[in-house]
Amino acid sequence: MEQFVRVTGIAVPMLRINVDTDQIVPGPELLRVRTEGHAASLFAGARYRQDREPNPEFILNREPWSRAQILLADRNFGCGSSREAAPKALREYGFRALIAPSFGGIFFNNCFRNGLLPVELPIEAVRLLAGQMEAAQGNAAVTVDLEVQRVTAPDGTAFAFTAPATLRRMLLEGVDEIDLTLSRGAEIARFRSQDEARRPWAY
Amino acid sequence: MAMPRTFFEKVWADHVIADLGEGNHLLQIDRLFLHDMSGSVALRQLEKSGRLPAQPDLVFTIVDHVIATEPGRGPEQSHAKSGAAMLRAARHGAAKFGLRIFDVDDPRQGIVHVVAPETGAALPGLTLVCGDSHTCTIGGIGALTWGVGSTEGEHVLATQTLAQTKPKAMRINFDGTLPAGVHAKDMILHLIGKVGANGGIGYAVEFAGSAVRALPVEGRLTMCNMAIEFSAKYGFVPPDDTTIDYLHGREFSPKGKAWDQAVAYWRSLPSDPDAAFDREETIDCAQIRPHVTWGTSPQQVVAIDGMVPDPSTVTDPGARGLMERALDYVRLTPGTPIAGVPIDVAYIGSCTNARLSDLRVAAAILKGRKVAPGVEAICVPGSTAVKVAAEAEGIDRIFREAGFEWHESGCAMCGHMGNDRLADRRVVSTTNRNFEGRQGPRTRTHLASPATVAASAVAGAIADARRLAS
Repeated sequence: MEQFVRVTGIAVPMLRINVDTDQIVPGPELLRVRTEGHAASLFAGARYRQDREPNPEFILNREPWSRAQILLADRNFGCGSSREAAPKALREYGFRALIAPSFGGIFFNNCFRNGLLPVELPIEAVRLLAGQMEAAQGNAAVTVDLEVQRVTAPDGTAFAFTAPATLRRMLLEGVDEIDLTLSRGAEIARFRSQDEARRPWAY
Repeated sequence: MAMPRTFFEKVWADHVIADLGEGNHLLQIDRLFLHDMSGSVALRQLEKSGRLPAQPDLVFTIVDHVIATEPGRGPEQSHAKSGAAMLRAARHGAAKFGLRIFDVDDPRQGIVHVVAPETGAALPGLTLVCGDSHTCTIGGIGALTWGVGSTEGEHVLATQTLAQTKPKAMRINFDGTLPAGVHAKDMILHLIGKVGANGGIGYAVEFAGSAVRALPVEGRLTMCNMAIEFSAKYGFVPPDDTTIDYLHGREFSPKGKAWDQAVAYWRSLPSDPDAAFDREETIDCAQIRPHVTWGTSPQQVVAIDGMVPDPSTVTDPGARGLMERALDYVRLTPGTPIAGVPIDVAYIGSCTNARLSDLRVAAAILKGRKVAPGVEAICVPGSTAVKVAAEAEGIDRIFREAGFEWHESGCAMCGHMGNDRLADRRVVSTTNRNFEGRQGPRTRTHLASPATVAASAVAGAIADARRLAS
């Protein structure tokens, strides 16, 4: 798994509520025969016009926002479909971290497994970051540090966050989750022999 | 005396292999379902890793997402360019690893979330995951079931375990009696409209109350299906006599002594009377009317006698912005009565509402009636078993004579899946997502119950089935 310790970069404000994974990667994109990876699929509905030329209205089609590594969103970002193409497209586009008051639960887990860090911060903090980025017209940087679990705004204001312990360790160390679980083989076998005696119909 | 516990706490605790700290647990996963789309990815990843499935007997492979549903379909027929490759990958993976597969010619083929309960592959108190967010549907039989990504799916294949953060517990009490002509779909749409599409975020949601107890299993599955549209990863109805009667004698249900042992365990699972929930909501069912969505989020919903709302009356700028954007997409004007909005397509299908009871409700309305001129009407049964049972009752004939297409089973046009047929059209649909582009490019989806969709097909516009029935 790809490691993540900290990132400093442009944070693009896209403060909308309930951005579902169908918007992050629309259904038709899931079925494209892929040679170029997932990045081209990101936000395809809003990013391109019907002829698939870039839509100049869309923020990621404008400099310097197109170079953003951090995405700022409103609550429930990544709700809906479990498609893992959503975090893959964000990561391959160049994003390393997402900051929002809350995330869709399945999407949240999928992010960690694709080297992308979802950070939960209150909406006031997200708005402050967005305000400073907009005031600087994108020529400013936000830092997201997973090691010390802190987000730092361009003006130095810091916000603490908490990531789930196991997922945090996996990202910091870049370890393979399956290897980690398989190393608990004895514990798993012990659980199963007791469980199978108790719930034989489950096996 | 032991601390009173919720259904969720009991089932969760029974699956904890290891406490990983800070609310994270390594859980035993009793059933893994793989479908042709995300499942084929997990299978490919596993093969690439050189590992083998940990407990192949607990894995079920199924063909539902990209397979075409048009009558007479071939085994690799798909509207998606990459569909045949996905179908081949699912078959190859299942064969290579010796996994059960319900393929296109199998009588058990169908949408995962319809098939898992109807075969007894899913049972109360089990943990079950699938690379599909609507896996929460299966919570309707009192199991703990949720959607995962394909990397998590690969982890389950390789270990039959998954590390998860324990969510908080919520209970929704649907009290009172549901009025005639109002269905499970209306109950869940009403809830999402009232509490919001992100009301369930971070929660495992128990559906309770007299109106839920009165629902047959199929209605409970409809309700739990949309837990994820409430942003709850987990939704469930703890098992009771209705659940136990439903599962008795199904192919993978336990038999003989094992059945009795299982039933005794299932009866211990419902929440204890004094169990505490982190949050509770109560809905008075007597007040619920048929519901239809007007916008691009399931929370953008009104009762059938309601109107498209006016964003200028909303003070929160975020919520107002969402409404304005949705109105622009669906091309509706505030103040328009939702009943009477003309439709292009009526669609009955999906893991939400394509079970036998759904098709019966629609057939009762369609019998002796015709789909309005200019409206295309499509029915895609939720499973091959549902289709066969409906045909035995003559339901297919009623649908066809009314002017509906009658398809083979699958996910079909609930999501786009490479089929542009619904592009630019207004669809009244029994599915679960009215997101932008969900059913196709610029498709405007109005979510509703099978009764409302059938009545709307006949009227040529969104219609109140209760009026038509009388």
